[in-house]
Amino acid sequence: MRPFVYERAEEARSAVAAVADRPDAMYLGGGTNLVDLMRLGVAEPARLVDVSRLPYDTVGVRPDGALRIGAAVRNSDLAAHPAVRRAHPLLAQALLAGASGQVRNMATVGGNLLQRTRCAYFQDITKPCNKRNPGSGCPAREGDHRNLAIIGHSEACVATHPSDMAVALAALDAVVHLEGRDGPRTLPLTELYRLPGDDPRRDTVLDPADLITEVTVPALSFGGRSHYRKVRDRASFAFAVVSVAAALDVAGGVVRDCRIAFGAIAPVPWRARRAEEALRGAPATEDAFAAAARAELGQARPLRDNAFKVPLARNLLVRTLTELVVA
Amino acid sequence: MDGTNLPETATITLDVNGVDHEITVDTRSSLLDVLREHLDLIGAKKGCDHGQCGACTVLVDGRRINACLQLAVALHGSSITTVEGLADGDGLHPIQRAFIEHDAFQCGYCTPGQLCSAVGVLAEAAAGWPSVVTQDLSATPALDGDEIRERMSGNLCRCGAYVNIVAAIGEVAE
Repeated sequence: MRPFVYERAEEARSAVAAVADRPDAMYLGGGTNLVDLMRLGVAEPARLVDVSRLPYDTVGVRPDGALRIGAAVRNSDLAAHPAVRRAHPLLAQALLAGASGQVRNMATVGGNLLQRTRCAYFQDITKPCNKRNPGSGCPAREGDHRNLAIIGHSEACVATHPSDMAVALAALDAVVHLEGRDGPRTLPLTELYRLPGDDPRRDTVLDPADLITEVTVPALSFGGRSHYRKVRDRASFAFAVVSVAAALDVAGGVVRDCRIAFGAIAPVPWRARRAEEALRGAPATEDAFAAAARAELGQARPLRDNAFKVPLARNLLVRTLTELVVA
Repeated sequence: MDGTNLPETATITLDVNGVDHEITVDTRSSLLDVLREHLDLIGAKKGCDHGQCGACTVLVDGRRINACLQLAVALHGSSITTVEGLADGDGLHPIQRAFIEHDAFQCGYCTPGQLCSAVGVLAEAAAGWPSVVTQDLSATPALDGDEIRERMSGNLCRCGAYVNIVAAIGEVAE
C-alpha cells in the first residue's frame, strides 16, 4: 500500500479545503471499501481526510415526516432507527441485506453511496479495465460477466453498482446534500450517479472535493407498504444478483401510485420510471405487474452470460408487488 | 512526503482490554496488525484480510467490526475489546463457556472472531436491532436459529462447526 498522510477533519469546510487542491487526496469514511481498494492497489491516495467523525452522525425526523440522515451515520444505526423501520421498511431491509454485521457497524451512509463496483476486473490491477485504467479495455465483455449489467451499460464498461441502500434511496426520491468548493448544494440521488458511456472512470457527477454531508428522504404516505427483495448466490453476506425496492399504493384494486428501483442490473441504482408509469392507474394484478416489468426491461441489452437477469428481475418485481398488495 | 515511498506515522492512544496504550503507527496499519504486531495480542486472526471471513472480529467501543479493514490511526481515543479481554480474570465469559460446552469449534482459528462477533450479536439483539430475516420490523426480535445464522454470516468456519456455534449462542441468548 502506498504511504499516505492521515488527517482527521474537524468540520466540513476544512475537509473540503483539504481535498480541493490535492488531486491525490481522498475522503475516508468507514473505510470498508476504500481500505480494501488501497490494499489491492486499485486506490492509491497520498492523503486521507477522515470525515467519519464530522458531526453528521444523527438521524432526524422533520415535522413533515421527512428523514434527515447524516452522512457519517453507520449503516447499522440507520437500519435500526425506529422511524426508518416504521415509515420506510424498504430502506431498513436494504441496509440489513447488505454486507455483514461487522461491515454495517463500520460503513457510513456517505461511503455506502460512493463505494465502487465489485467487478472482478476492476479490483484486479493485473487486468485491463476502462474504469481503472481508461483505454485499456474491458475484459468483462467477453469474460466473466454473469453478475454484471444488463441495462445502462456501454461498450466501455459493463460494471454494476453494488449498493443495496442506494437502491432503496433511489426509489424513495432521496436528496443528497453536499459541501463543495463553492459551498453547499443538493442533488437528487438519481442524478448523483452517471452512466459510463465512453468515460467510465467516474461513477458519479461529483467533484473529488465534494463531500456528502446528509441525505434527506421525503415522507411517502405509502412508504409503510414497501419492501426490498434481494436475490443472491448465497443466503447472506453476498452482493445482489438482482434486487428490487418497491412501494405500492393500492385502492379499490387499482394502483394509485408506486415507487420502483432495481439493483445489480445497471451501473447505477436503476429507478424504474417506465414501470411506474405503466402501473399508475392500472389494476393491481400479476398481469399488470408483469406488463410494467416488461415496460422497463424492454430496454435491457444482456450480455452473453447474464440474460437470465431479465426474467429474474421481472419475476422479482411481480412477486414483490403481489406480496405488497396482500400485505 | 508526497512523491516518496517513506512511511507516514502517527501517534495514537487506544484503550485495549482496559489498558491504555500510546502507540506510534504507520498510517497504513490496520487495527489487526497493531493488535498482533505491536501489542502482542494474537487472538484476533488474519484470515482473508479483506473483511470477508470475520476471523479478525473485535469490539470497538462495544461494537463488532472487522479489524483488518479498520485503519488503526482512525481509532485514536477508542476502546478495543479483543478475545483476550472477554474473560473476567479466570472466569470465562458466558459465550466462551457455551462454546466449550457445545463443542463449537474444531481447529479454533476462527473462534476468537466468532466469540467477539457473538458478543456483538447479543448486544445488538438486546438493543432491539432487527436483521434481514426479522419478519416484523416493529417488534423486538428473538434470537432464534434463523436470526443467529443471519447475524453471524460475517464469520466463516472452514471446519464447519456452525451447528454447534448456533447452539452455543442460542443458549446464551436465552
